[in-house]
Amino acid sequence: MNLSMKWLADFVDVSDVNIKDYCDKMTLTGSKVEGYEKMGAEIENVVVARIKKIVPHPDSDHLLICTMDIGTGEDTQIVTGAQNVFEGAIVPAAIPVAKLPGGVTIKAGKLRGVPSNGMLCSMGELGLTPHECPGKEENGILILDESFAEHIGADIRTALMLDDTAVEFEITSNRPDCLSVIGLARETAVSFGRELNVPAPSFRGAGDGDDISKYLSVQIEAPDLCYRYAAKVVKNVRIKPSPMWLRMRLHAAGVRPINNIVDITNYVMLEYGQPMHAFDYTQLDGSAIRVRRATNGEQFKSLDDVDHTLDSSMLVIADQKKACALAGVMGGANSEIKDDTKTVVFESACFNGASVRVTAKKNGMRTESSARFEKGLDPENCYGGLMRACQLIELLDAGDVVDGMIDVYPGKPTVTVLPFEPARYNKFLGTNMTEERMVEILEALACTVKDGKITVPSFRADLACMNDIAEEIMRIYGYDKIVSTNICAETTEGGRTPKQSFGISVENALYGMGLDEIQTFSFISPKYYDKIRMPADSALRRSVVISNPLGEDTSVMRTTALPSMLEVLARNANFNNENVRLFEMGSIYLPNEDATKLPYEGKMLTLGMYGDVDFYTVKGVIENLLDLAAVKGVEWTAVADNTAYHPGRCAKVTVGNTQLAIFGQIHPLVAENYGMSMPVYAAEIDFDALFAARNAATHYRPLPKFPAITRDFSFACDEELEVGKIMAVMQKAGGKQCEGVTLFDIYRGPQVGEGKKSVSLRMTLRAEDHTLTVEDADKVSKKVLTLLDRELGLTLRG
Amino acid sequence: MKQTLENIKAAAMAELASTNADIEQIRVRYLGKKGELTAVLRGMGQLSPEERPVVGQLANEVRAAIEAAIAEKSKEMKEKELNDRLAREKLDVTMPGASIRMGHQHPLTRAQREMEEIFIGMGFEIAEGPEVEYDYYNFQALNIPENHPARDTQDTFYITENILLRSQTSPVQVRVMEQKKPPIRVISPGRVYRSDALDATHSPLFHQMEGLVVDKGITMSDLKGTLETFARKMFGDSTQIRFRPHHFPFTEPSAEVDVSCFVCGGKGCRVCKGEGWIEILGAGMVHPFVLQNCGIDPEVYSGFAFGMGLERVTMTRYGIDDIRLFYENDERFLKQF
Repeated sequence: MNLSMKWLADFVDVSDVNIKDYCDKMTLTGSKVEGYEKMGAEIENVVVARIKKIVPHPDSDHLLICTMDIGTGEDTQIVTGAQNVFEGAIVPAAIPVAKLPGGVTIKAGKLRGVPSNGMLCSMGELGLTPHECPGKEENGILILDESFAEHIGADIRTALMLDDTAVEFEITSNRPDCLSVIGLARETAVSFGRELNVPAPSFRGAGDGDDISKYLSVQIEAPDLCYRYAAKVVKNVRIKPSPMWLRMRLHAAGVRPINNIVDITNYVMLEYGQPMHAFDYTQLDGSAIRVRRATNGEQFKSLDDVDHTLDSSMLVIADQKKACALAGVMGGANSEIKDDTKTVVFESACFNGASVRVTAKKNGMRTESSARFEKGLDPENCYGGLMRACQLIELLDAGDVVDGMIDVYPGKPTVTVLPFEPARYNKFLGTNMTEERMVEILEALACTVKDGKITVPSFRADLACMNDIAEEIMRIYGYDKIVSTNICAETTEGGRTPKQSFGISVENALYGMGLDEIQTFSFISPKYYDKIRMPADSALRRSVVISNPLGEDTSVMRTTALPSMLEVLARNANFNNENVRLFEMGSIYLPNEDATKLPYEGKMLTLGMYGDVDFYTVKGVIENLLDLAAVKGVEWTAVADNTAYHPGRCAKVTVGNTQLAIFGQIHPLVAENYGMSMPVYAAEIDFDALFAARNAATHYRPLPKFPAITRDFSFACDEELEVGKIMAVMQKAGGKQCEGVTLFDIYRGPQVGEGKKSVSLRMTLRAEDHTLTVEDADKVSKKVLTLLDRELGLTLRG
Repeated sequence: MKQTLENIKAAAMAELASTNADIEQIRVRYLGKKGELTAVLRGMGQLSPEERPVVGQLANEVRAAIEAAIAEKSKEMKEKELNDRLAREKLDVTMPGASIRMGHQHPLTRAQREMEEIFIGMGFEIAEGPEVEYDYYNFQALNIPENHPARDTQDTFYITENILLRSQTSPVQVRVMEQKKPPIRVISPGRVYRSDALDATHSPLFHQMEGLVVDKGITMSDLKGTLETFARKMFGDSTQIRFRPHHFPFTEPSAEVDVSCFVCGGKGCRVCKGEGWIEILGAGMVHPFVLQNCGIDPEVYSGFAFGMGLERVTMTRYGIDDIRLFYENDERFLKQF
């Protein structure tokens, strides 16, 4: 909402307040100011001047030399190239050094040798359009009416009423009453403690015995969508441009002047906050207006010549044959005010907000009118607005107001009465305001406080409970007067859940292991599943789909975080970042079988690396995390059939039947899909499963009292035999004396032969209660060898 | 004999003083089993009983002196040896340290954790809720019925008619109040979604942190006090906050909250665009309808709620001018945090 300060001055006097202070104060009492614009601020030293004499330029066939009266008593000479000037014309003249919109500076100079002390201006050069200057030539010099004769020498900004300031307010959706000059005047008055003066509009009327009933009847067929419909008829309409003051006020408010009738409807909407509509009466079929629901498929052409297909959720203003307006949104082309319109119907109605909102949305036309209606307007305001329109008709001499008024009012609102509870407000706000101050504020806001009760004005439907009243009092009293206190209540425990804490431990461990944390979007393109070679029948291809996405790239909620990770790795590779190690703790979203239920949201920890890393780097990180979580009974199994990974370099981590993670080298074809030719490694760790498998309770084990003995074993075996299997057998054979088995060497080469490897393992043995003897150790060794031979066919390397 | 002993002592001393080599040899030569002093002592038997103690004492004195001298010399040499070694081991301390990789926390996580710690210190728990949410929790329960104009300010992604991507973290408020009876003190950080095209200042996905307190006798002063404590801990001890009236459907009274610019201290600078204040929060007293919707009696309990954008706070804090950097994850960006 753009507020003209001149317009505001009609209702409240704040002429002594500087504009910056005005804006700050309004913001702090709840009417947020986005900014203000001094109209014509870019214009300097442009005056109203009269052309006294014109002679042709001696050296040019299109330049004219004008002798100008610029009100200084001394003539000055200006050369112009415009052809629409004539002797005696009153024009805007820029007198050096002058400034014009767009940063133009006018200095004295010579045009083909003839001195020119300035420039005559067109409307465009003053930042105006034919809307503000109706009937004037757009391309020539702006020729002003003879009425400007008394302003010769005056600043053009004053003469053209450009000396206004427009303040831009951001009005919240609960305050449609403030989408009006009067509403903001009321806020201004209460904010600055000034008098608000809104005179009731009055007019003579035609008084010729003619009556509206001879013209019109109105029937509301959908009272649930139309609370009130009031109308007046104006005859002998004289369509012409509005006077300058009115045009300039509309201009300041950001509304284009059109003609007197349309301008009046806009003027009333801006001043009263009551959207109005004007029909050409002669275009109506019959005299009965019906406020009805549209029929499904009904055709309607709006004022802006756009065709719409309506449905029964929409409300129309119709005559006997056709819809003439889409209620509260826009008028129809069929009854538009034209230059030859003679009789006009002014509509001042109140429609259901939600209905107007839906209608405007469905038809893709949000208007100043619909934007107001959708917030819920006050039906009581219809009357004042309509009266003001009639007053303006007479003021502008635009026609004769036919006596009588249509006023169908099925939805009169009930008056809201709330208890006045000063003590409760103070307690709730933590303030110490006097009852008198509270009453003063509420009354300035048009509430009535009497006998412990507050009667809320009809235009404040947002005031419905104690909190609302508390806010009204507080915002005017001053939010800055709220003191800060600490909560004085029952102590609460606070803190993180065990799972949240564990998540942070995992993240910290990952930072410590040199991984950088990333965050990626939760929505992806379904094509990303192809990029990671997800099988066509994979259940993970079924995603939660966004019905109104911004684009395909962000159209489904991811079921795997792997594509996001690979994309970030690829981006880093493109930036030539070397040796990148990343992790993301993020969510995946698995659709519910029942689409009316929420999907499952799981937490996935995704690792991604390239550069100075290999499969075992990723495995090492996972091992550390398992260690951190003290997970017991972990099994590592090769996975050859996950299409995103290298078939020979992929493994899963399981505990019992639960898979905790899958990891390995990314399949070269997948890497290639992301434009990466180097080996890329990744892991997908199910954080929820990891947390569930965690062993939180740590028990101290006494430090060993007796020394350990180690025994080394070297086997030559087939490449296919997994070291993990050998280690597991050794562990089993070693029994409880076996403290651990570690791999210390692996060798491949001519000495062991093609397809073979030599594996060297060290076993550590220790007894809790005595020092193991060599014989003890030999006994265990023997058992190990026997079992390895029996289960894996392994014998010691010779 | 006395003379012999004196000679031995003088010789040993001289030898020790001049040697830089093996003093063990010297020890053996003089004090060893076949050493010179030992030889003298062996000859003691030939002395008269009167002479014996005198010579004996002298011999012991000589031995002690030589031993002391040897010990002294040995210590001296060890010290020298050590010093020599240390000198040889001198390093160029200006050479870079060995590369022990350390990962970096994402700036959004860093800011989030910092905020969490502040509120945990004030007795808050951390609540979580689904990102794919029912319309009911995201809007209706928060006093935003269907076709409410407030829905316009949050262009929402829908999955079905009743399921959407939450456009704010406020639905967690409702879920918490449904499950828990007062006293309630929670914050809920998380991802939210709005249909804004990605540019330098907008992202269709961003983070919010919501806070909720419900108890008997909670006042608007408590809200201001809590946020003031937060602002001081987050932005520095001298930070001030300012409440401006605003409207949110789920709080009443509502406020937009500014913090005094932590760069210029309120004088006006580039960061605060000359205002001296930076808007970071929306807050207010929980609307009685919302309490009622969650089965909490507004006649008995009152509460406050607040919410802020994590990206905004993080960007302001670190001077980041493009929101896209958070989601591009260029390592050169990540490593700065």
